[in-house]
Amino acid sequence: METLERILMDHPFFAGFGKEFGELVTGCARNHVFEAGKYLFHEGDAADEFYLIRHGKVALEILPPGQRPVVIGTVREGEIVGASWLVPPYRWMFDARAMELTRAIGIDAACLRTKCEADPKLGYEMMKRFLPVLVQRLQSARLQLLDVYGRRAG
Amino acid sequence: MNLAASRTDQAADHFLPTPYRVVAAKREIRDIVTLDMVPVSGEMPEFLPGQFNMLYVFGVGEVAISISGDPADKSRMIHTVRDVGAVSDAIAALGPGATLGLRGPYGTAWPVADAEGNDVVIVAGGLGLAPLRPAIYRVLANRERYGRVAILYGAREPADILFRHELETWRKQLDINVEVTVDHADQTWHGSVGVVPPLIARAGFDPENTVAMVCGPEVMMRFSAVALGDAGVPFERIHLSMERNMKCAIGLCGHCQFGPDFICKDGAVMSYDRLAGKLTIREL
Amino acid sequence: MPPAIGTKAIIDRDGLQALLDALGGAGYRVLGPTLKAGAIIYDEIAKVADLPAGWTDRQEAATYRVERRDDSALFGYTVGPQSWRRFLQKPQETVFKARRDGDGFAVLPLAAENNRFAFIGARSCEIHAIEIQDRVFLGDFPDAGYRARRADNFIVAVNCGEAGGTCFCVSMQTGPKASSGFDLALTELLDETRHDFLVEVGSEKGGTMLEKLAPRPAGNADIAAAEAISAGTAAEMGRKLETTGLKDLLQGNLNHPRWDEVAARCLTCANCTMVCPTCFCSTVEDHSDLSGETAERVRRWDSCFTLDFSYIHGGSVRQETRGRYRQWMTHKLANWIDQFDVSGCVGCGRCITWCPVGIDITEEAAAIRAADQRGVQKRAGE
Repeated sequence: METLERILMDHPFFAGFGKEFGELVTGCARNHVFEAGKYLFHEGDAADEFYLIRHGKVALEILPPGQRPVVIGTVREGEIVGASWLVPPYRWMFDARAMELTRAIGIDAACLRTKCEADPKLGYEMMKRFLPVLVQRLQSARLQLLDVYGRRAG
Repeated sequence: MNLAASRTDQAADHFLPTPYRVVAAKREIRDIVTLDMVPVSGEMPEFLPGQFNMLYVFGVGEVAISISGDPADKSRMIHTVRDVGAVSDAIAALGPGATLGLRGPYGTAWPVADAEGNDVVIVAGGLGLAPLRPAIYRVLANRERYGRVAILYGAREPADILFRHELETWRKQLDINVEVTVDHADQTWHGSVGVVPPLIARAGFDPENTVAMVCGPEVMMRFSAVALGDAGVPFERIHLSMERNMKCAIGLCGHCQFGPDFICKDGAVMSYDRLAGKLTIREL
Repeated sequence: MPPAIGTKAIIDRDGLQALLDALGGAGYRVLGPTLKAGAIIYDEIAKVADLPAGWTDRQEAATYRVERRDDSALFGYTVGPQSWRRFLQKPQETVFKARRDGDGFAVLPLAAENNRFAFIGARSCEIHAIEIQDRVFLGDFPDAGYRARRADNFIVAVNCGEAGGTCFCVSMQTGPKASSGFDLALTELLDETRHDFLVEVGSEKGGTMLEKLAPRPAGNADIAAAEAISAGTAAEMGRKLETTGLKDLLQGNLNHPRWDEVAARCLTCANCTMVCPTCFCSTVEDHSDLSGETAERVRRWDSCFTLDFSYIHGGSVRQETRGRYRQWMTHKLANWIDQFDVSGCVGCGRCITWCPVGIDITEEAAAIRAADQRGVQKRAGE
């Protein structure tokens, strides 16, 4: 457990996290290894864990019916996958596939949500770290939506 | 036969095109073609990386195209053209032996000499890699004069990656950091998917001693410049290649104005300290 | 020794005819004000009788009318819809012709034109406008055609005897009295006892010409009368433009709500740019004949008010009227100063007179100045 705590706190997502919070979070954490091609989760699955990527690369995909899956983002080491665990109904909204051998730490969502309810300071520290990631992803998604490299009509 | 438009005549009258002959035409991807051309007579003018020429198709019209070749190669003038309108469509259809008219070179240059002694971050999007390629050639030919060099490139999808073979060659050089990302991909793509600005924070350069050169769609340049500024690069060391409607390329037709600047004379390469407040003014 | 620069003399209407004759005889294309289709237009003249004697103009926002005077003044009006720009920066000109030649083409030389213009009756604001266009067209990349047309001009200025309803040359320091840029300058002296002209020599060429016109020396009373006329004109300007800090004011108010307000009135008809003596924008058209054997590039006046003006692949940068009006006004009064070290506006008032909805550049500038948004913190909801 202690080793896991150190690994967790070394992850860039938890930079500056207080020691007492580190212990709390580690209590919800476990190791994962995903082989290339394995899915971390599928759209519609219960979002009961979010992942901190230690090594490797994860593709975020959406599959339109009748077409091949479209990769709409990639997450690499040092980054996190998943925010749906924060928001009811706690269901994943896309697929996540390991593009290569990927090591990740999964944090149990229900466990962490309970601890955040009990200790709002922990909850706020988590929010402060999630929000910038979401904001950046939202902005990137907007730029992708603009299709700046595409041909314009007229 | 009165070949009236020699370089001397162009010096006398900047409205007259000089005839050039296409010696090679290569389809890069989809609707993008690279043409190599040489003057029908006389010497090829020298040019600086970042400059452009006005290319004229007989009876069709003229369009501003950045030079995409190596300034050290005096044997030919190289342009990479995307077919987006009547004139560029006609240019992209030219094959070896065809003649076109050329006026130039015009415009300001990438600060490749000023950047010596610094880290260099090259940020390109889509066709924007073409106007930056002359700067990349120059930097790589004088690699020892620069610190860390990063080339960050974004395209729509993997099939749209321009100069893919060269990017791979550059990446193989151990002392260049090349990062390529696409807006979306299918599962056969093993690289990054996402936009260019987030690549900047990860690129590994010393912001206080960095010169950044950015070229691509204006939205992409705008956000890349913000990301560079957020990373600590001073605005006057971030350079963008701006684009506006051009008819004369010599500051007389008024079309290319962006605020008080003429993109043809005060640009296309301009520093972000001059641009920052203006890029977000609607319809400037 | 021809009369020195600054010499003042008197010539009468016969002397003026002699001037026209001498200029025509010297091979100049003599152009001056004429009355055509209800407006004072610059066209070829040969006789004093070609001038609009006894006519004046009434100008206000969106209003231009010519009226009979109760005297026979030859220059008793101000400026009409055109300026000398029509001759110096031609509305349309062939830039080159080219002919196919195997796989290639050859650029063909163009026929020479008579470019020696004599402008009779150029107002001080117009002379300033010509000099402003000189800065544009004779800069880093000189326009060969413009340079040829400017190489040998003979300019006979006329000092305005009255101010037009939309004039503000005093605000722009471009008049009403011509101080330079002319070969000869005339002030019309007309009352019950006389009808002649105080002439001032502005150049060597002008001095040489004066000698041919049988002048008599100007007396102190003549000089004082002319000065009084100019002073009187200066005192009755139809408009005023506050130019202090105007460049920074406009460049710092690009999001001012006034732009939306004027955009609601502006029709983007481009009249203002067509009548303005300093506007210089142009576009080019490439043509070829039906056989595809010869091609031609034609350059013609353009206006930043057209939708196409700012077109780049996919669309125009300035789609809204707001963006286009703002471009014109900020270029004219502010950006021009960064580009050419001088304001683009000479205070001739044409844009006000010929705007069909009467938009007044002086009023727009004043409105922005009165509610300067610089330094105003925006709060949410504003």
